[in-house]
Amino acid sequence: MLFAELIYALTGIGLFVLGLRGTLLRRSLLGRILAINICGAGVFLTLIAIAYRGPGLSPDPLPHALVLTGIVVAVSATALALALGRRLRESEDE
Amino acid sequence: MMATQLWQITDLLLALLALGLGWAAVSSRDLKRSVVFFIAFGLLLAIIWARLRAPDLALAEAAIGAGLSGALLLSALRDEGETAGVDDIQRGPIAALLSLLSIGLAAALAWVLVYTLGIADPVRMADEIAAQISNSGVTNPVTAVLLNFRAYDTLLELAVLLAAVLGILALGPARPAYRAAGPLLDGLIRWLVPLLVLTAGYLLWAGAHAPGGAFQAGAMLAAAAVMLRLGGHPGAGLPGPPLQRLLLTAGIAAFALVGIALMAAGHALLQYPAGWSGVLILLIETAATLAIATTLAMAYIGGRPVGWGPEAPTTKTVHNEERN
Repeated sequence: MLFAELIYALTGIGLFVLGLRGTLLRRSLLGRILAINICGAGVFLTLIAIAYRGPGLSPDPLPHALVLTGIVVAVSATALALALGRRLRESEDE
Repeated sequence: MMATQLWQITDLLLALLALGLGWAAVSSRDLKRSVVFFIAFGLLLAIIWARLRAPDLALAEAAIGAGLSGALLLSALRDEGETAGVDDIQRGPIAALLSLLSIGLAAALAWVLVYTLGIADPVRMADEIAAQISNSGVTNPVTAVLLNFRAYDTLLELAVLLAAVLGILALGPARPAYRAAGPLLDGLIRWLVPLLVLTAGYLLWAGAHAPGGAFQAGAMLAAAAVMLRLGGHPGAGLPGPPLQRLLLTAGIAAFALVGIALMAAGHALLQYPAGWSGVLILLIETAATLAIATTLAMAYIGGRPVGWGPEAPTTKTVHNEERN
């Protein structure tokens, strides 16, 4: 087991749990959306840490492709969530 | 030996910094601070991807994770107004209980990870991909996975993006436009936008053999759109609504047309015939780049652009806060 693989995978778990806790504890919608993004970043980091195979070896490209699509899906989901939040506030103001 | 130790110290520092920035972004009482920490976190993540030999991700993260997400959150923050999110985190017994449960969950996940990391896979997908890469039409393994081996996944991902942008379009008209930029910012935009378009073209072409591809190129084009929008162009440089519809669906359309044409020629859906892979992948990637760029640009605009349907009922002017 590689040191870097272990360290970054554990960091990913830490970020996932931090994000989960933030999602539950934040009051505002914006804060929760931000926390969910941290949560997702933790999952990505764990996946990429597992794909790492050490210096001089090329890493596993399959998790890389997964995470690449994940980043793009995450940002569009964030945009949709923010648009929903904005619509919600507008309908509360009316 | 010395080099190994230096790498280990670097890894530890990067990991601690990521945890610290993540903690600060999630736990700051002030939402504005949280957003700034989040942008810094995204940039740090891009460095970590580069460290873990994932340059494709580093490119995408710097443009999307830090850049576009940050721009989206900053715009949303501006919509919230000045008073929002000053004391944004719950405290008290529930928070303490949740923290304890979080620590428990982290410990359980860490145990599972340490226990399973040592187990060798019977089939390493990486070896399979390395063995088949010469048949894929490209030499960048990530592009090979995205556009050849797992092309279905990418097709469906483009469908997810389309669904998200349709949701945004259905929710209401776009945000009011920013005020026109001053001469200095305008001059900068005039230089940067063509450079971004050029970089996008390079990344699209380079994706076949080097880090890059449709996602990174699309993100670059979307960054150009965000710059134009911030500089006071209400349509963010997008073409008129009929062409916008065409661009939004271009990725799925190219995938579907190639798939159907291949089926008509007697192959399976998206099973490229030998010798044609490179050309077909470039064709699909070009269409996907345009679709991703348009999707992300519209996601940033945050609603129906002018010409799509009912316009905004109120005409409040919002001033550009990025400048004096």
